[in-house]
Amino acid sequence: MATLTPEDLGSLVLDIGADEAKKELVGKYPTKVARKRAKQIVANQVEPDLTVPEIQSNVRTVPGLISQRGCTYAGCKGVVLGPTRDILNLTHGPIGCGFYSWLTRRNQTRPKGPEDHNFMTYCFSTDMQDEQIIFGGEKKLKQAIQEAYDIFKPKAIGIFATCPVGLIGDDVHAVAREMKEKLGINVFGFSCEGYKGVSQSAGHHIANNGVFTHIVGLDDTEPAGEFKINMLGEYNIGGDAFEIERLFEDIGVTLVSSFSGNSSYDQFANSHTADLNLIMCHRSINYVAEMMEKKFGIPWLKVNFIGAGATAKSLRKIATYFENPELTAKVEEVVARELPAVEAVREEVKSRCAGKRAMLFVGGSRAHHYQELFREIGMEIIAAGYEFAHRDDYEGRRVLPNLKVDADSRNIEELQVEADPARFRPRLDAAGIARLEQEGIKLSEYQGMMADMKNGALVIDDISQYETEKLIEIYRPDIICAGIKEKFAVQKSGIPMKQLHSYDSGGPYAGFQGAINFWREIDRLVNSKVWKYLQAPWQEHPELAAKYVWE
Amino acid sequence: MRKIAIYGKGGIGKSTTTQNTVAGLAEMGRKVMVVGCDPKADSTRLLLGGLAQKSVLDTLREEGEDVDLEDIRRNGFCGTICVESGGPEPGVGCAGRGIITSINLLEQLGAYADDEHLDYAFYDVLGDVVCGGFAMPIREGKAQEIYIVVSGEMMAMYAANNICKGIVKFAEAGGVRLGGLICNSRKVDNEKEMIEALAKKLGTQMIHFVPRDNMVQRAEINRKTVIEYDGSHPQADEYRTLARKIEANDMHVIPRPMHTDDLEKLLIEYGLAG
Repeated sequence: MATLTPEDLGSLVLDIGADEAKKELVGKYPTKVARKRAKQIVANQVEPDLTVPEIQSNVRTVPGLISQRGCTYAGCKGVVLGPTRDILNLTHGPIGCGFYSWLTRRNQTRPKGPEDHNFMTYCFSTDMQDEQIIFGGEKKLKQAIQEAYDIFKPKAIGIFATCPVGLIGDDVHAVAREMKEKLGINVFGFSCEGYKGVSQSAGHHIANNGVFTHIVGLDDTEPAGEFKINMLGEYNIGGDAFEIERLFEDIGVTLVSSFSGNSSYDQFANSHTADLNLIMCHRSINYVAEMMEKKFGIPWLKVNFIGAGATAKSLRKIATYFENPELTAKVEEVVARELPAVEAVREEVKSRCAGKRAMLFVGGSRAHHYQELFREIGMEIIAAGYEFAHRDDYEGRRVLPNLKVDADSRNIEELQVEADPARFRPRLDAAGIARLEQEGIKLSEYQGMMADMKNGALVIDDISQYETEKLIEIYRPDIICAGIKEKFAVQKSGIPMKQLHSYDSGGPYAGFQGAINFWREIDRLVNSKVWKYLQAPWQEHPELAAKYVWE
Repeated sequence: MRKIAIYGKGGIGKSTTTQNTVAGLAEMGRKVMVVGCDPKADSTRLLLGGLAQKSVLDTLREEGEDVDLEDIRRNGFCGTICVESGGPEPGVGCAGRGIITSINLLEQLGAYADDEHLDYAFYDVLGDVVCGGFAMPIREGKAQEIYIVVSGEMMAMYAANNICKGIVKFAEAGGVRLGGLICNSRKVDNEKEMIEALAKKLGTQMIHFVPRDNMVQRAEINRKTVIEYDGSHPQADEYRTLARKIEANDMHVIPRPMHTDDLEKLLIEYGLAG
């Protein structure tokens, strides 16, 4: 659901138009590379019915291009399961895989009490050595599981396969079954070898399949509360989930489970008792919502808690869904309570930031969600793109029936889900769905990023470092948002850079308080004078001279 | 020192041929080390009089980093030095990685050092070159000379041709060359002519035709090479001849692997002509 109509958004006016910029971006590439990249770089054009141009995505990166992408293991272990505090996440592989996927996204969590497990501060790995590669690593994996169990007594252990495990053929699922039997706790494996997909997106899918197969639906206890929801695709970076949870509490909505920011194993097991699934990051988790709808009858709604307006709108959507006047009143009360402080900061920051221009190349939903925050302070998005999204994240779910299923997608298991004979319970009848549509709320709907962008803006999938540098040259944007791998190259060009994976050291940026935090941060970054002082040595002294020390 | 790798289709008689030839060289007074590169660790059984060998990888596993050359070498027939790389059981882990690890370890421990005064190091490598690990013995700085054991059977020739493709790849990067084909006869029709023709097509030679003789089997049952078991038997002389030919061989080439169609043509021409 687009927040603005194409008329509201209007067109971008740039010195160098998107088509011309695109020519420059691909101009230096060899013919075949240029042809491929040209399909992944699009000048935005939103039609009145919100259709947008096709953009190629979720295809392999051309070798040699420095991509932003991560690996399948990173998507599975690091992104989706990393933020769950009480599943003991054990990496089966050499030590680096476990170590470098450990808390690098700054996911936070809040255990319920001193008895509640929190393993996120630990890094578990089988520390595979040459010996396990040669003779097989299953024995050591079993030992590691036993040791982890003896020390920590977790409710569940997840095993994550790294590249060498797939090559030598260790069967993590067989080990999981054996140890589950032996220990009497839930043990499950993920075949998320890093090389498996075209990006981390494959890892998200594998993770979701695993969580759905092995955990969701294990606990039928009916939670207390009238309005029960799950929050999907929110990973509590920098405390985002805490801010959203605060709002849920204030409006009287019960969060059964979060996938997976500030989440726990028991929440997952109980999540099928909720009556509505909210999706933040459509890319990483829409599969779980789809599967829960098929199996348990829970509808899903796309929401966005990034941006003050977006947050208010998302809260109102929840109230509309539950069709409860008290809840609606509560939402309005909370929005009215929060907005004055937000507005005051917005006006102040807007006075210094309006007209400045941003580029966002990040994630599979973040490049979309954060546009709202920038627009609210009058900043323009001149280019945006995802690292690992698929066409539906750009163009909306309307393209789903036409998506090409290639060999890379087939490589990832697609679960066949059917309605649970005992527990399937449709939450809405046809009349209910119609009522919602009348209120302007469409279930199972995502319009994608491009419908929310101006005509003439550049949309670039899987941008390369070369293209990033070229874009900086062409447009000199006031800020670029991406991840750690891009950060320093961007800053070296004298452009402020904000990480939207880990938030650098900031956050939360979700909800109303988050919007205030983000605007203050952007204000600080784009209005800092420090970049003007940045001068390379050759700019001062074009010719460098030196002497040997013995001269 | 000459470093020689023996390749060939599984079951073609690589280990038997290697050990008998090594026995011939040892008899001539040469100092030879045999490195078995088969996870089954049975490449030195005839020289040692049984599977008395503890493999490099097993030793590495048990001793950790503190491994001496003496832990992994055994002396066999006529002063030959025997090493078995070893490896995982079938269906587990990665045998190729095992070979890489054990050859690296041998080098680090100085098994090939000048003060060992070796005349020859022989690598006896499992079956086909299935992955990078099994090509380890012919990578740069390892074996410079390769002999392919072959017979007149289609699949053996097919494997030989495939191995040549591997050699070409490494020959361009490093210095490895093909020394010739050793025909270990299966008593196939027209076998000698066919392998000679194959050798010619590949740009190499058939260095020796080893006739089939049940003496080999008898010696093996007694865990001995033919030279040790019955040195006066004509079959022992065949291996002595092969040893001498290898010692004298200076035909080291980069092979020209054949297209499969050409290989089949050759087979039809010679196989049916007989």
